Amino acid sequence: MSALDPYLPTIWFILVGVLFTGYAMLDGFDLGVGGLHLWVHKEEHRRLFLNSIGPVWDGNEVWLVTGGGALFAAFPAVYATIFSGFYLAFILLLFALIFRAVSIEFRSKHNSSAWRGFWDFSFSASSVVASILIGVAIGNLIEGIPLDGRQEYVGGFFNLLSPYAVFTGITTAALFAMHGGIYLALKTEGELHEIVRHWAWRTVLVFLGCYFIFNIWTLVANPHVREVLADRPYTAIIFIANVLLVLAIPRELYHRRDFRAFLFSCGSMLLLMALFACTMYPNLVYSSHAPADFNLNEFTLASNPWNLTINNSRSTDLTLRNMLVIAVIGVPIVLSYTVCIYWIFRGKVKLHHDSY
Amino acid sequence: MTVDFLARLQFAFTISFHYFYPPMSIGLSIILVLMESLWLKTKNPLYHNMARFWTRIFALTFAIGVPTGIVMEFEFGTNWSTYSRFVGDVFGSPLAAEGIFAFFLESGFLAILLFGWDRVGPKLHFFATCMVALGTHFSAIWIVVANSWMQTPAAYHLVRQSVKPDGTLLSLPNGTIVETPLPPDYIYVPGDRVRAVVDSFWGMVFNPSSMQRLTHVVLAAWLTGAFVVLSISAYYLLRRRHLEFAHASMKVALAFGCVTAGLQMLSADTTARGVAQHQPVKLAAMEGLWQTGPEAPLGIIGSASWVRDAQGNKIGEKTTEIHIPGMLSILVSGDFLHPFTAAKTIVPGLDQLPSDQFILERHPDATPAQLPALRAQYWPPVPAVYQVYHLMVGAGVAIVVLCAVGAFLWWRGLLWNTNLLVTRCYLALLVPSVLLPQIANQAGWYTAELGRQPWIVYNLLKTSDAFSQSVKANEIIVSIVGFGLVYVMLFILFIYLLNAKIHLGPTTMEQSSALPEKWDFAGQRGHIADA
Repeated sequence: MSALDPYLPTIWFILVGVLFTGYAMLDGFDLGVGGLHLWVHKEEHRRLFLNSIGPVWDGNEVWLVTGGGALFAAFPAVYATIFSGFYLAFILLLFALIFRAVSIEFRSKHNSSAWRGFWDFSFSASSVVASILIGVAIGNLIEGIPLDGRQEYVGGFFNLLSPYAVFTGITTAALFAMHGGIYLALKTEGELHEIVRHWAWRTVLVFLGCYFIFNIWTLVANPHVREVLADRPYTAIIFIANVLLVLAIPRELYHRRDFRAFLFSCGSMLLLMALFACTMYPNLVYSSHAPADFNLNEFTLASNPWNLTINNSRSTDLTLRNMLVIAVIGVPIVLSYTVCIYWIFRGKVKLHHDSY
Repeated sequence: MTVDFLARLQFAFTISFHYFYPPMSIGLSIILVLMESLWLKTKNPLYHNMARFWTRIFALTFAIGVPTGIVMEFEFGTNWSTYSRFVGDVFGSPLAAEGIFAFFLESGFLAILLFGWDRVGPKLHFFATCMVALGTHFSAIWIVVANSWMQTPAAYHLVRQSVKPDGTLLSLPNGTIVETPLPPDYIYVPGDRVRAVVDSFWGMVFNPSSMQRLTHVVLAAWLTGAFVVLSISAYYLLRRRHLEFAHASMKVALAFGCVTAGLQMLSADTTARGVAQHQPVKLAAMEGLWQTGPEAPLGIIGSASWVRDAQGNKIGEKTTEIHIPGMLSILVSGDFLHPFTAAKTIVPGLDQLPSDQFILERHPDATPAQLPALRAQYWPPVPAVYQVYHLMVGAGVAIVVLCAVGAFLWWRGLLWNTNLLVTRCYLALLVPSVLLPQIANQAGWYTAELGRQPWIVYNLLKTSDAFSQSVKANEIIVSIVGFGLVYVMLFILFIYLLNAKIHLGPTTMEQSSALPEKWDFAGQRGHIADA
């Protein structure tokens, strides 16, 4: 096992990424369904939306919690710096997740339309806010945030809301809405299915539009990204593959191969995270502040010593090894029963007396 | 309103609110397993109805436990990032393990538990119920293991991270930070760029207090669940509604509760003895024990207060209480068979805790006259710890008594006869007694966490050195107000929906959509059965 030691930080960079990718693929469609919720108006249709994710959304959310836990265990300095640095953003994310959870749980428990209308709005708004905040966090990690030499965040709250970061948030919301729309096409039937199919491909176009702008903006505004990607030309292949995959989705939807469309959407998330990984590795957080002797006119942030990297924010080899054992035992078990549970709840969503 | 104070206030508030719910989920999960296994064994649809109803109650507690729990996992990073940096190598692993082994299991199989009645057969559903119960218990294991490491740290050593003269971290060309191991007697000073690193995963997991405290916490959770069922069942019996359902539920809960209460008395004793051994300052604070010596008294009720010197510094403590002489010494020794010898056990009091040596190691220039005031800096808030500890014990005793009375009434066949005054009184007491385990749980955790102060990691890192440096006071005020409003709303909704579910009650055979076909062993669908 100790032969793996030099690779442990990289292995954990990938594993934390896998956990957050799993989160995006799974809770991504939950949040996407929330984002689309107010676009249908019939009571039955709204209940079908809620119940399409009803059995699985709680388990999907666990990927975020476990990703955060794995980050804490493997790269505690990143966990500490990001969570305290993005303080109000994380608090807002927590409120969004709380409201999303209770909206689903409580919405249909009372017969009044004011009650249901309130929780419908809450479900949708909290899902959109959560999606945007996740994107804002990613955008900040890419463009760099002000850190000091002690790995503490030294910016304020509004530092986090740069136009680029906000646009990353919007792109993420569009991505989740697309993913949620495809999931809904998969899970609904009859009248609702036709409604969903009718505008699902629009969500694809909106996302593609955002995606193009986002990638161009990322390259134009961030010299360190250009420098890093120049050394990794294969990134272009990932980008093109992603575009092709997303473009293939409307065709699958048109041919009513909804499951393939959903798989392509998941694949797109995977490629996006791979793109993000290529942009960051071995950095986990770029710092926009640098030590006095680091000439920002000569060098980009790519080699800023104040970046949080897999080497300077990591736990010890022993912890990373212990955690790897936990992951190797735990993740296959989780995947197996998760697949079984999804299989048990396969097929179109139908309302019955246990439903939300 | 310092950042230190606000960070503590927020953590205390969020964890207190969160902790109303997981114990109910953990306790109810066992009751669900019991009821569903009774159904599988007897095929009596009454047990199926019971399982369905109590699952609805369980779902409500779980629905609030999860989002308030996510807050806790994030809060180590948001408000206690200095702590997170310091202990991340040790503390992060059990938290990640909690996610991988516990949260996925309970949240995953929850799908089948809540929504799978019509989709899977009874055996697979029962398996799912067991997995959810297992998941809630795994969650308890990992979080208590992590918290226990904070109480009795083990299997770690400290390392110093290299810094440049200006305090910024010094890395090698490959980006790694050089970390120099420190000797075991190294004393952390605020401002040190020091962190704890783990020596052994299992050593961390099986630290001196984790197994005792885990037992105590899980038994307390079982009692919490049992009393939810007892309280609601008692309410139905008093109102003469759903009588057969209430009888059967109460039998399950009372049997479960009595066994658990008996075990909890043993666990409480063992756990307290563990505190005496590993955190003597906490024990002295809990018991308000100033004087080191033999024949230490056990207080029943009273109060502890500070003794101050002429300048107002704390230098001592005094306790006014009704007590049993010598009893604390006997309990600490654990030798109940030889009480007179056991009463001679010397129990250290606050007058000598921490020891002079401990203080001089941290304040080398201290004169003997300064020692008392310095010693007081290392005490927890004794007046508060004394009260919450005795509150916990009082609630615990009340729980045991209620279980015993219930068992007695059951044995004498009196429990089901609501015409009897004694039965009606007992049932009337059971209804509000759902609060007793909640009070015991909260008081117990306040004892544990307040009693650990001023340390966040006992004898290693102080709480006042552990909060996030980059978060400002006004930001925490915003988040505290936010949590306050959101949690008040959640609590009102919880009570409202719980009330609605209780009033709706268990559905009868005629009312419900009846047994799903796969479950209908005896072709009972369409038969009118008494529920």
